[in-house]
Amino acid sequence: MSDRYSDRSRVVKLVFIVVGVLFVGRLAMLQLFDPKYRQLADQQALRNVTQYPARGFIYDRKGRLLVHNEAVYDLMVIPRMVKDLDTAYFCQSLGITRDDFDQRMQKARKYSPYSASIFMKQISKEEYAKFENKMFRFKGFYISQRTLRIYDRPIAAQVLGYVGEVDQGDLDRDPYYKQGDYIGKSGLEKSYEEVLRGVKGKRVMHVDVHNREIGPYAGGVYDTLPVEGWNLYTSIDADLQQYAEELMANKRGCVVALEPSTGEVLAMVSAPCYDPNLLVGRIRGENYKKLNADIAKPMLNRALMGQYPPGSIFKVAQSMVALDLGVITPGSGFVCDKSLVGCHNHPSAQSVQEAIKMSCNPYFYQVYRRVIQQGKYKSIYKDSQYGLTVWREYMLRFGFGQKLPIDLPMNGVQKGNIPDTAYYNRWYGKERWAFSTIYSNSIGQGEVTVVPIQMANLAAIVANRGYYITPHVVRFYGPDSLRREEYNERHETGIKREYFDIAAAGMYDVVHVAGGTARRARVDGLDVCGKTGTAENYGNDHSVFICFAPKNDPKIAMAVYVENAQGGGGTWAAPIAGLLVEKYLNGEVKRKDVEKMYREAEPCQKLPLTRRVKKKKK
Amino acid sequence: MYQEKLKIDWTTVGLWLFLALFGWVNIYAATYNGDQAGVFDMATFHGKQLLWIAAAALVALVVMFTEPRFFSNGAYIIYALVLALLVVTLFIATVSHGGKSWIDLGFFRLQPSEFAKFATALALAKFMSGIDVEWRQAHTKVVALLLIAVPAALVFLQHDTGSALVFLAFVFPLFREGLSGAILVTGVAAIALFVLALLVNKYILIGALVLLAAAYLFVWLNKRTTRDWLRAGAVLVCCVAFVFSVDFVFNHVLEAHQSERINVLLGKSEDLQGAGYNVHQSKIAIGSGGFFGKGFLRGTVTKADFVPEQHTDFIFCTVGEEWGWLGSSILVAAYVWLLVRLVNMAERQRSRFARFYGYSVASVLFIHLFVNVGMVLGLVPVIGIPLPFFSYGGSSMLAFTILLFIFIRQDASKNQLL
Repeated sequence: MSDRYSDRSRVVKLVFIVVGVLFVGRLAMLQLFDPKYRQLADQQALRNVTQYPARGFIYDRKGRLLVHNEAVYDLMVIPRMVKDLDTAYFCQSLGITRDDFDQRMQKARKYSPYSASIFMKQISKEEYAKFENKMFRFKGFYISQRTLRIYDRPIAAQVLGYVGEVDQGDLDRDPYYKQGDYIGKSGLEKSYEEVLRGVKGKRVMHVDVHNREIGPYAGGVYDTLPVEGWNLYTSIDADLQQYAEELMANKRGCVVALEPSTGEVLAMVSAPCYDPNLLVGRIRGENYKKLNADIAKPMLNRALMGQYPPGSIFKVAQSMVALDLGVITPGSGFVCDKSLVGCHNHPSAQSVQEAIKMSCNPYFYQVYRRVIQQGKYKSIYKDSQYGLTVWREYMLRFGFGQKLPIDLPMNGVQKGNIPDTAYYNRWYGKERWAFSTIYSNSIGQGEVTVVPIQMANLAAIVANRGYYITPHVVRFYGPDSLRREEYNERHETGIKREYFDIAAAGMYDVVHVAGGTARRARVDGLDVCGKTGTAENYGNDHSVFICFAPKNDPKIAMAVYVENAQGGGGTWAAPIAGLLVEKYLNGEVKRKDVEKMYREAEPCQKLPLTRRVKKKKK
Repeated sequence: MYQEKLKIDWTTVGLWLFLALFGWVNIYAATYNGDQAGVFDMATFHGKQLLWIAAAALVALVVMFTEPRFFSNGAYIIYALVLALLVVTLFIATVSHGGKSWIDLGFFRLQPSEFAKFATALALAKFMSGIDVEWRQAHTKVVALLLIAVPAALVFLQHDTGSALVFLAFVFPLFREGLSGAILVTGVAAIALFVLALLVNKYILIGALVLLAAAYLFVWLNKRTTRDWLRAGAVLVCCVAFVFSVDFVFNHVLEAHQSERINVLLGKSEDLQGAGYNVHQSKIAIGSGGFFGKGFLRGTVTKADFVPEQHTDFIFCTVGEEWGWLGSSILVAAYVWLLVRLVNMAERQRSRFARFYGYSVASVLFIHLFVNVGMVLGLVPVIGIPLPFFSYGGSSMLAFTILLFIFIRQDASKNQLL
């Protein structure tokens, strides 16, 4: 039926269709062209719960636990979800003030009102137990479990290192880490971070409008289980390490003990030590500040980061180089001519072995002169240049003058200094220097500096009669007992074994024969071979001692360094080394009186020391 | 009784069935909580809705077996009965959702305002199909307006503003019967002016209106008669008065929550926790659906009760989230198809009664679609009215089905009627 208004049906239909098209267009705007809503939906309806894996444990060489974990709880908050909170009751339950609460909320809100951030870090198991049954009253808050390091034996802090929250650099470098994650900051925790950390797991939980977890999102297909971190099995002997730390108490310095045949680190002490438990949990920040401000630098691993003149222990290396070059023979004798360089009173050495025993300065003056000025060139300057280059190459083969590799973080590790020609040219000008300029190197003074690990390594080289294995702290790790081969490499000095036998014999005499400088290192029944050193310095001399034992088939090689100690190497470093050798090889120390004496002694000058120029012994 | 074979428009019936069943699927999804009870569990929304759909189908069958004359002859009686019910409701209603529009019958909560729509449509159609009724006559306009205004006012008194607004739908059938198009234009212009008055500084707006009037007089017209001046002046005065009244209406006539909803819609306030919460959440739910949607029962926003009223007024969110742009567009297309088809059917009726009624059906459904989906998409202020055949609810399902099937019944035997 049509009439004069029939055409109006078109208008009506047009209105209907236009509205339909409008809706479809609007839907396209929301669903196809604006990713915002998808993100918002995921943000509010899904909660990514990170599942932190337990960090791997660290064991000593006998399977004793050095580092393990303890559960702590982070209180998380999603500010937007916080509703009807009885703030006073909440603060009281947590033991915080209202101001503190406001600050924390402010911070969380600033991070994001919609997503979770940490409200309070590392609530202990005990605190959590008190808090747990009140949780239902605090909408918008939930608990996330984490683990913290715990050290039953508070030893080897500088070697083990500590774990801390990731910083911006870590976040930029590795996308694995998210804000608030933990990472190894130093020591083994850092160098074996990838091994220890495991793999984080993730649970995507579907939460409802009341922030209750409804269940796993999409049946859990996006969930991953955390993979526990792998354990480290270190070569540290916990008993030896602890004993060394006890002996180094009240002192500054370090002890490095190696197993010569494997390069394994048995003990690495840097005194003053600190309790690694201080750098765990909520107390870390404050303690870190304190330790960092301490002028004795307890956080510094002196074994790797200290750089000292080697003193007389260097003579062992010098004699090996000279013998190998053929500029002296094992039977070479030199008069103890104190006009060349100062010395103590002793008969002149008739052989290399005797010279090492007596630590005769003029003897090694002569030895070094023959190494540096071999007579290859007429000009003593050119001759010295040549000699120094040859000598330096030998020294590098001993592991000196370079960062000695070790499976610990290498930043901050010192190279020591074995000067090359360029070094002296810079100081004196090209061909403006000769042996007479650099003779102090002969007795381990002058421009030569070494790092304690390098000294221990020197003892290991003599113990091995000519080679060393790259020092390492970790023997193997993980369930498959993997190891890092680059830290098990064998390095040859290229010097004949028989020459090292002479060095070993000399070092034996140092400890055992009348006239030796380290009689205090002697342990009945053990043939300890050692060499004392007294490194001149501002402040009192450093007391240095390297040793290995037993003489044949050595099990331990060691360097002991006591900073600014009153007295030479024989006075402090040698007896401490003796006690440590006795402890390691015999299992216990019988000489309780000696032990007590050195444990309680405080030989080091008080810090701060100001540099004062000491007249060189002439 | 002799009965000529009915020519039932199966397409419309099919669209009705599609909307009801797709609606049911989405109600099932919207209230799904993981450990779902059986499909026929009468304690659940989807179980009850299945019952309503069955009941509605039964009622549709009854309507189809009823003589079409029953509805035209009984239009005024039905209208009177429903009006009486509305009045009764005002006194015995159960208060729910801030409205007093429900009568609790124990097993069923009846919402009489849902039934007022088809009753009004019948009465108005009956009146407009009178032999000597012409829209031009003033008394026709008055009676028609009263027929609409009385039930609308009663519904308004129940604090059900949304359902009262639906009575604006009758503008379309009246337009078809001769109502001036200027009314429609004026209505749209008024809405536009209202929005502008809220968004733009009033004096700037008035300045623009004056400029517009000047442009009409001096640019549009070549010759200006006194009549033109008077007309332009009157329109301008009305507009200015309207603009100044907006504030008053906004602050004193509308309830606080209504003003706030309008503010949210216009972006003047972003109260995501309060008035803006529903629409914000529904936009999130729909927007996160993407092209294909997250899949049946896979919605995260609607599943987690972020969207309130998601099985009733906000049911479209579930479609948007789980069925994506594709599913939503198909649903919108199905509605538009139904509406256009109803208009076409109305045009082929031989009686003015059936035609007017057909237009009424299409218009009422259209207003519901426009307000409901517009609200969910953030295009219309939040007004709680159901999506026809789709939202959960027994009263609306039955009332819409009756509304539709009376027309299908008229259409099926249109050739028998004069």
